[in-house]
Amino acid sequence: MTGKEYRTITDVKGPLVFLNKTEPVAFGEIVTLRLSNGTIKNGQVLDTSDDLVIVQVFEGTSKIDREAGVTFMGDVFKLPVSTDLVGRILDGAGRPRDGGPEIVAEQKEDIIGAAINPYSRQSPNDFIQTGVSAIDLCTSLVRGQKLPIFSASGLPHNDIALQIARQAKLKDSDEEFVVVFCAMGITAEEYNFFRSDLERTGALENAVLFVNLADDPAVERIITPRLALTAAEYLAFEKDYHVLVIYTDMTNYCDALRQIGAAREEVPGRRGYPGYMYTDLAMLYERAGLVKGKKGSITQFPILTMPGDDITHPIPDLSGYITEGQIVISRELHQQGIYPPINVLPSLSRLMGSCIGEKTTREDHKSVSDQMYAAYAQGRELRGLVAIVGEDALNERDKQLLDFSGVFEDKFLRQTRDEDRSIEETLDLCWTLMSSIDTKYLVRLDQKWIDKYHPDNKA
Amino acid sequence: MSNEGVIYRISGPVVTATGMSAAMYDVVRVGHEGLMGEVIELHGEKAVIQVYEDTSGIRPGEPVLNTQETLSVSLGPGLLTQIYDGIQRPLPTLEKEMGVFITRGVDADAFDLEKIWTFEPQVAVGDEVVGGQVIGHVQETETIIHKIMVPPTANGTVKSIESGDFNVTQTICVLEDGTEMQMMQKWPVRTPRPFQQKYAPDTPLITGMRILDFLFPLAKGGAAGIPGPFGSGKTVTQQSLAKYSDAQLVVYIGCGERGNEMTEVLDEFPHLIDPNTGKPLMERTVMIANTSNMPVAAREASVYTGITIAEYFRDMGYDVALMADSTSRWAEAMREISSRLEEMPGEEGYPAYLSSRIAEFYERAGRVETLSGDDGSVTVIGAVSPPGGDISEPVSQGTLRIVKVFWGLDAGLARQRHFPAINWLNSYSLYPQSLDQWFRDNISQDFPEVRTQISGLLQIESELQEIVQLVGSDALPTDQQLTLEVARMIREFFLQQNGFHDVDAYCDIHLQYKMAKAILSFQDAAKSAMASGAQLNDVVNVPSRSDLMRGRFEKGYVDAIESMVDTMTAEIAATVEDN
Ligand SMILES: Nc1ncnc2c1ncn2[C@@H]1O[C@H](COP(=O)(O)OP(=O)(O)O)[C@@H](O)[C@H]1O
Ligand SMILES: [Mg+2]
Repeated sequence: MTGKEYRTITDVKGPLVFLNKTEPVAFGEIVTLRLSNGTIKNGQVLDTSDDLVIVQVFEGTSKIDREAGVTFMGDVFKLPVSTDLVGRILDGAGRPRDGGPEIVAEQKEDIIGAAINPYSRQSPNDFIQTGVSAIDLCTSLVRGQKLPIFSASGLPHNDIALQIARQAKLKDSDEEFVVVFCAMGITAEEYNFFRSDLERTGALENAVLFVNLADDPAVERIITPRLALTAAEYLAFEKDYHVLVIYTDMTNYCDALRQIGAAREEVPGRRGYPGYMYTDLAMLYERAGLVKGKKGSITQFPILTMPGDDITHPIPDLSGYITEGQIVISRELHQQGIYPPINVLPSLSRLMGSCIGEKTTREDHKSVSDQMYAAYAQGRELRGLVAIVGEDALNERDKQLLDFSGVFEDKFLRQTRDEDRSIEETLDLCWTLMSSIDTKYLVRLDQKWIDKYHPDNKA
Repeated sequence: MSNEGVIYRISGPVVTATGMSAAMYDVVRVGHEGLMGEVIELHGEKAVIQVYEDTSGIRPGEPVLNTQETLSVSLGPGLLTQIYDGIQRPLPTLEKEMGVFITRGVDADAFDLEKIWTFEPQVAVGDEVVGGQVIGHVQETETIIHKIMVPPTANGTVKSIESGDFNVTQTICVLEDGTEMQMMQKWPVRTPRPFQQKYAPDTPLITGMRILDFLFPLAKGGAAGIPGPFGSGKTVTQQSLAKYSDAQLVVYIGCGERGNEMTEVLDEFPHLIDPNTGKPLMERTVMIANTSNMPVAAREASVYTGITIAEYFRDMGYDVALMADSTSRWAEAMREISSRLEEMPGEEGYPAYLSSRIAEFYERAGRVETLSGDDGSVTVIGAVSPPGGDISEPVSQGTLRIVKVFWGLDAGLARQRHFPAINWLNSYSLYPQSLDQWFRDNISQDFPEVRTQISGLLQIESELQEIVQLVGSDALPTDQQLTLEVARMIREFFLQQNGFHDVDAYCDIHLQYKMAKAILSFQDAAKSAMASGAQLNDVVNVPSRSDLMRGRFEKGYVDAIESMVDTMTAEIAATVEDN
């Protein structure tokens, strides 16, 4: 149903248009605006009453005047979905961007998405091997998990995300992921980097891209991830695909939220972001997982850049409260020339416990991971002490741990962008590196694994 | 005005209706789909409603119907083992009606109204009964006898009382004045259930977590806050409490947190055994899951739904423990609704009434004499999620003003993988005085003194550490180096407890005491050996000490520990001769 066109705009403010004297308009209804120069813009109802309707305009309000015609489309925002989505590139509002035809809808789905009933979820427990040692050993990724990358500007988070997208697989399986890629306000250069990499590896044929770039309307970013997740849910829960959703950059998304909040003159929360940002982010992140009786899955890999490298900034902070862990990229390691510069110490995978061990990775995984982590943490701490008291003041154990922290970064963390290490290779590498420490200091390793895997005993 | 009006405005979860007579907290049905909502503000002839389901697609002009009831929960046999959303709709029923995604407009009974229970009366015809009095019971689960009580507002003489098989809506008792009673009753969630009097708590809630029971004990009927940044262990701690604490009943509220965490509880609990009773854990548990992506208004209601259920079981004379993970999400739901109401904001955008709401909620904890003269309690443990981990924010501060126990989680400890990451230097419990007698009578006469020694050693360690940071530990005199060793043993052997370990995740309180004593025995033995010339290094490295420490991961430790301590002290004494 397409209703009549109103010319009753009273105010325009930021991304918002206010109008009155309409017939009853639904909350969340989709709106088109026709400008006097013929341009068409789209929007959505944010507030509706007998007297006043507030519309958020996705493409921004530039050139909108009080003469613009407003039509209410009678329905909430829906995305046409079908398996034809796979292999396509769409813009931030879901229109073809690759010159291809419109998507022929098999069905249309509300992009807000309904919450998965917690009772209907299934616990994720399939280990995904990313081939990146730091992740596989210390923050193991599980199919159906939401695990963000906390990065900052100028760091190689895109390379890491792409490496994971290329290499991620279930151990002993060649079941492939469909990648749903969602760009929010990134530069054309970054986008081209993603796109050409996906093209180069042939992954593009198995991917859906939703692209809102830095010079695209900021407000559109509010819907871009919802479109991407709607496509992901369709592919996963209707068509049995295992979907890997990469979205970047969540920071731009949150800034768009803040912009709308400011235009509505809402009382801001911390640092000007809306008080409901936690809930809003949860409505995206919680669209990951597995559900009972469905074969597919949604794994999410959101990327965010921490303003000022500050992990307590509301964007990483609220994300960390919702996601199932985080992978933290370190500027310090990056400056030392280490790729991937993952700081394992503040990184965490909350679901790791359920996916590692004898049946899935290897029996010694947990023990090795705990020991590598502990030894590295102690070694790093000793660097601080050495700076004060000098290396000579250290006892033998501390000296070994201090040296190990360097080896950990140089030999364990460091790998090339196309180096795909199996989990066995990663674990074997750990044993080799740990053998530089006296076994009596390796208190977190079970004796039975030392007997079986330590290079001294293997020979 | 009638009880039917029309929608005037919709702004997210807040809907305004006109033309309808309404009172505060009336439950209304909104729109053609009849979405459930609650009146939260009156403005002239406009009623402002918070709606418990998604409002997109709803239009001004659609009808609103006032049910003239207040938001209530159904109470009766069938509550246990259930998992509800914030407004007490069972999630399994929603799955049946809607599939795996929660859509809207579906009503669901809180429990099976047709299920037959065997009711055994405890009063006879002619007896005088008063509100809250137990008139009979059913065996609801293997562990829990569900007592059927006269609704708090009724009383009179029993005219007839049944015995045998009934469902929860059939009348089982009639009073002379014609009042009919069923096994199911309703209670408005925002009104605390009445009791005769509150007692001062005098019994600890034993949790099986050493740092909690030993250093910062919580009383049955008390309230505790667990603030901590993300990843510091709020949820693992809350889940451990739900598994191991010696409450008779547990109400677990997942308030605005992750879906998968509730799934985990649902997967795990049915296979777990309550270490206190040896019975399946699920049978003493009621769960409420209103996750972060479910409607915020229902999240706001979820804590009230939970605590009302807890009070109801308290009124039967049970010790109930309630966990709310996380109260910050509840506070944020209040903030979101308040901002839609365009209320004048207080600190950080929270409504001015935030701290009084927090206080009112925790005040519903307590150990009471019930209306029927029994002793029952509700213990409340609330997680708090301060932005950036900084507890100077309003929710943490509002909580700390009211709770008597503060278990402060520490990001630094979590990063060192010291779990539970509870900071022993800034956490506190204001209960020890009132609980010491219980510990003396039930565990050991010197329990409080042992606690004082242990926490004293941790204090001294923190002071010594400051010196070590500057000069290194080798520069300290050996007696202080020994103190550091003892403190390290306290931290690594006693305070650390892996919440996922098969054996060590739960530690019996008697064993806790023995472990603390073992540490002090080590200290004494080491001191006297060193006084006779033994070397610190030899003393610390006796193999029997690491055996003693590793023993906690084995079953049967409680029986073995004393002889392990003897072996250790003998070995330490022998280091003197070695010299
Ligand atoms: N008592 C504990 N024992 C072992 N691991 C723990 C414990 N507490 C927390 N952890 C670890 O820390 C992670 C985060 O804990 P969680 O309770 O989810 O934090 P929060 O709820 O504060 O965000 C867990 O996934 C687990 O790896
Ligand atoms: Mg948590």
